[in-house]
Amino acid sequence: MTEMSPLHFKENAIRALGDAELQRALGNMRQGFIEKRTKAAERLPEFDALRDKAKEIKDHVLAHLDLYLEAFEKNCVAGGGTVHWAKDSAQARDIVLNICRLVGAETVTKGKSMVGEEIEINPFLEANGIRPIETDLGEYIIQLRNEPPSHLIAPAIHVNKEQIADAFRQHHRDLSPERPLTDRAALLNEARRALRERFLEADVGITGANFLIAETGSTVIVTNEGNGDLTQTLPRIHIVLASIEKVVPNFDDAATLIRVLARSATGQEMSVYTTVSTGRKRPGDLDGPEQFHVVLIDNGRSKLIGTEFQEVLRCIRCGACLNHCPVYGSVGGHAYGSVYPGPIGKVLTPALQGLENARDLPNASTFCGRCEEVCPMRIPLPKMMRHWREQEYAKRMVAPRVRWALRLWALAARLPSLYHFGARLAAWWLYRRGKKGRGRLAKVPYGEGWTRFRDFPAPLGKTFQSQWRGPRRHRRPSP
Amino acid sequence: MSTAREQIFAALRQGFRGRNEAAAKVGVDARLARRAPNLVPARAKPEQKRAAVAAFTAMAEEAAATVARVNTMIDVPGAVADYLRNHNLPMRAALAPDPLLDAARWERRKTLEVRKGRAEAFDEVGISLAYRGVAETGTLVMLSGENTPTTLNFLPETEIVILPADRVVGAYEEALAPLRSNSEDGSRHSLPRVVNFVTGPSRSADIEQALQLGAHGPRRLHIVIVDDAAGP
Repeated sequence: MTEMSPLHFKENAIRALGDAELQRALGNMRQGFIEKRTKAAERLPEFDALRDKAKEIKDHVLAHLDLYLEAFEKNCVAGGGTVHWAKDSAQARDIVLNICRLVGAETVTKGKSMVGEEIEINPFLEANGIRPIETDLGEYIIQLRNEPPSHLIAPAIHVNKEQIADAFRQHHRDLSPERPLTDRAALLNEARRALRERFLEADVGITGANFLIAETGSTVIVTNEGNGDLTQTLPRIHIVLASIEKVVPNFDDAATLIRVLARSATGQEMSVYTTVSTGRKRPGDLDGPEQFHVVLIDNGRSKLIGTEFQEVLRCIRCGACLNHCPVYGSVGGHAYGSVYPGPIGKVLTPALQGLENARDLPNASTFCGRCEEVCPMRIPLPKMMRHWREQEYAKRMVAPRVRWALRLWALAARLPSLYHFGARLAAWWLYRRGKKGRGRLAKVPYGEGWTRFRDFPAPLGKTFQSQWRGPRRHRRPSP
Repeated sequence: MSTAREQIFAALRQGFRGRNEAAAKVGVDARLARRAPNLVPARAKPEQKRAAVAAFTAMAEEAAATVARVNTMIDVPGAVADYLRNHNLPMRAALAPDPLLDAARWERRKTLEVRKGRAEAFDEVGISLAYRGVAETGTLVMLSGENTPTTLNFLPETEIVILPADRVVGAYEEALAPLRSNSEDGSRHSLPRVVNFVTGPSRSADIEQALQLGAHGPRRLHIVIVDDAAGP
């Protein structure tokens, strides 16, 4: 079983690589998400300009976050909403529980919310006698399987349809055990029927928020299924869980972010449902909740303002960095052991939970840079992972052997002649040893991490620098 | 002991030390009052209404909606009945009680049974009226309110939306502009409880990344564009 702690990344990753079911499931992702995003981006000539604008909007917000939160609060209250503030998970959970208790809630339907995962609202409600029901199809599947999500927007991406069928047979006991559940449509229809009843009986609906609009005090959710809308329309009470950095100044700014969100996430031109909610049911309205609560959750974000990690708060949780990450694509989301997997998690998790609790995550990257390339908000994720590695070194959290190696490297990097001498020596020595293995090495000193799983290609005897300085017959004519 | 709110603001202001507070306040107020789209893609700026309706139709169909076009409101019940019959759907629907839809004279179409009001769990077909159509992505803009209840957009398996052609605009910002307070023209509004931007029928790819329609909301979305909704 995967350990849900970022401290077990290495063991989890090794286990994930050997998990045939998981590897099969992850195979679906590599094609779908990446190709669709590329197509959607190519189809909109203004896509990159929109990304620049989106970045600028969030940078402006983060530099004035206190003022925009005040404006959001004022306008939300004016629209008939109630605003609650939570410094941490425990406070946020208590706020939700109190609202549920005031109306005697027994069941709560839930739209997808990452901050809901972060504050672990579900086990808390259950422990207090309230039944939370996830309504996003992927979230519902993993709730039945008693697992956390493994992707920001495709929470059940690690599960195959046979495993879903097993979960449904186990939990939908009122249905015939003989029923065929072999195709995807049958699974979808069964979930639709089961959840329809839950939507209708729920006392409280909890959703997340993709954005908060300060101008109007509105919250915005973006979904494809419509589950979030049924969750917030049918029960008497609607509670929105939102972290404080979700606020944007006005609707024009929200529109800009919406234009990059779906294209980056699923490659859609627009998600099916984008819903702007402002306050409670109005006089004369035939449907809608009687109460509208917004819980604004800090949980470690405010302390990132003014630091080198402030930019990570631009994130709009599209998941593009996960979809394009070779590490995520190989080990899946659970290996990270944190609510936020993939590149964004490698930066955000140490920020929210402390570096000492997530040391391996910033190191689980080759710095290939694809995450930054596709991030709609242009978050410099590799640079920020490097900041964490620097802190790890400065705080003496790295093993002495690695520390010494890094110091030696740093010394050589500052003395070119020493560096060249070392590189020549190593290239010559590896070349000599490689001759026996036909250009491949089965073992390299200090390289067991590599050679345990594959051979190391031996160099050809000369360093890049010496070849560069030598005669270049194939040199192209200069323009 | 200070409240959570005070603690959060104290932590934020710690990060903003050295900021010019007066300038920050002025900048934020100006931004909140500003009514100007940031960057609208060229495709969201169709030159004439006809191009906008054509673009809307193409994009909505791409998002798996179906689109029919009629001349006036009187033609709407016939178009709705045709659609339901062709898809083997019940000839019974919950209908948005909007006065504009009354012009369709539903009672004259005897085979089609409509009930005005919100959608209930048993309703299989919902008929509502769009506030705007956005050409950019074939997106409908639906407002909550006494005439257009939100449940019609989500509970029935089949959602039918009536869209007067003159309500088709280019961009999202354009659709919402009349609903926002504006200090320049002195208008003060508060948004309806809900504004739904709807692009195609409900869908999910949560089972093995394969797209399926009709996850929780409507399995099908049919849009009836009315060229001259004010006409006879």
